[in-house]
Amino acid sequence: MSLESLGWQGLVVLVVFGVSLLIATYCTYAERVIAAFLQDRVGPDRAGPFGLAQPLADAVKLFTKEEFFPSGANKALFIFGPCLAMITALMSSAVIPFGNFLKFGDTVVHLQGIEINVGMLYIFGIVSLGVYGIMIGGWASNNKFSLLGAIRAASQNISYELAMGLALIAVLMMSGSLSLRDITLQQTHAGGWHLSDIFTWNVFKQPLGFVIFIVCAFAETNRTPFDLPECETELVGGYHTEYSSMKMGLYLFAEYVNVFVATAVMSVLYFGGFNYPFQYEFLDFLNKAGLSADWAHNLFVLMGVVAMFMKIFTGIFFFMWVRWTLPRFRYDQLMRLGWTILIPLAIFNILLTGGLITFHVIQ
Amino acid sequence: MESLSNRAKKLEKKPMTLAERAYLPAIFQGLSITMQHFFRAATKKQITVRYPEETRPFSPVFRGLHVLKRDEQGRERCTACGLCAVACPAEAITMVAGERKKGEQNLYREEKYAVSYEINMLRCIFCGLCEEACPKAAIYLQADKMAPPRYERDEFIYGKDRLVEPVSPDNRSKRGIQLTPEQADKLRGQLA
Ligand code: SF4
Ligand code: SF4
Repeated sequence: MSLESLGWQGLVVLVVFGVSLLIATYCTYAERVIAAFLQDRVGPDRAGPFGLAQPLADAVKLFTKEEFFPSGANKALFIFGPCLAMITALMSSAVIPFGNFLKFGDTVVHLQGIEINVGMLYIFGIVSLGVYGIMIGGWASNNKFSLLGAIRAASQNISYELAMGLALIAVLMMSGSLSLRDITLQQTHAGGWHLSDIFTWNVFKQPLGFVIFIVCAFAETNRTPFDLPECETELVGGYHTEYSSMKMGLYLFAEYVNVFVATAVMSVLYFGGFNYPFQYEFLDFLNKAGLSADWAHNLFVLMGVVAMFMKIFTGIFFFMWVRWTLPRFRYDQLMRLGWTILIPLAIFNILLTGGLITFHVIQ
Repeated sequence: MESLSNRAKKLEKKPMTLAERAYLPAIFQGLSITMQHFFRAATKKQITVRYPEETRPFSPVFRGLHVLKRDEQGRERCTACGLCAVACPAEAITMVAGERKKGEQNLYREEKYAVSYEINMLRCIFCGLCEEACPKAAIYLQADKMAPPRYERDEFIYGKDRLVEPVSPDNRSKRGIQLTPEQADKLRGQLA
């Protein structure tokens, strides 16, 4: 890789970083507005037009709150917990392909932080690190409720990561690659009959796997109906009971970054990532419209980025919609669902996929 | 046990069907219900009252902030009999009685009047018993005013300055009061 394209890639990483933060910021706003609308209310509408400055006001509030340390808490770990949660949440967005590559003459800029051929494994590794942030924070606060929340988070993540991994294996059997970019590129026809572009998405080949994956994604991001680690009716605030000011803000923020990453991964794996229907017609159209080849390609790719983000936003909306619809699971129900239903189903899904591949029904 | 009304419903606990056990159909049903609410709210039928701009109408029998009434000639009706204080279950009312001086007949209706009269709005439960107890129809709970929030506790002790129905010294003729200049000054001082 030349020095110049390395610089470009660094820029992309920064942009991805900024965009994840921005989206997480406005997730806090969207969550409240959506919650309000689902309950026939109005939601925040005081700060700025439509309350759009609300996240800003929240940040100011959190930064000016008292920095509180419980007595007997391990101070270093107490600070380290939320930092780790935030870092791991942000790190996983690095390998997600938000678009194909842009061309400027000889320079090629991939719209992806880093392209590695084990992208999926990388994400899994980081996500399982993420639970340390919660565990360390919960343990270091020297509070029984926090500890219980932390333990719940740990066991929940372990249980559901298993089912999630098994659901993914079925996708990987079809793609034969761990690279998220490859998986995306496979979910389209290169030319040919274009209306069926949508039906190349994995969600149509892996419906069962997708259901398992999305249920696990809810559990991994600790979102309702699986938000047992913070379960305010039983555990006060769960692992962040003792946290105040921006440390608390980091925890809440990390949750939204996680939701963003989870939906991004979901759209890459199951919804064709940056592919969109009629994309090659669009490219043909651009080429015929008299644009230079580079610019036609770039516009085509940027539309893909828009498509990707539309998929992500739909996913985030779905996460919030579910949160304000379903009640929380009980802990034993959660464990039973994970171990006795999702894991066997995921294994069945692998067998099914294997059979279908062997008999060339799907590939 | 015999049921007292015949409205009791017999509940049977049937084993769940496969669709019920799969849980997903129920989830989609729930999701569709919340989505209906989403669109209802998005098309501006929210139930929220945007408070400072909109207010809800008070009920006509609402019991709000007290007022000490004056009579038709603008004289204070209260005779400091203390019945309201006795009736008050929250012991929110205190008063000091005084004798009406000569020349004050235009200020106080009875020979005895309340020199000071205080209601502690933090103690008051707005039950309206004081209003019922008063023989002189002097104290009422207004249906359109609430005791507003304040920062300090002692600001909740309402004295005569805030309780007595206001009459401005300048429109006294309209209310039929004849004040001497000194009395007008005193009243101004009270109102200030
Ligand atoms: S309304 Fe009830 S509680 Fe309040 S002052 Fe009158 S009698 Fe006492
Ligand atoms: S307000 Fe009525 S009951 Fe209370 S002291 Fe005055 S006259 Fe008596």
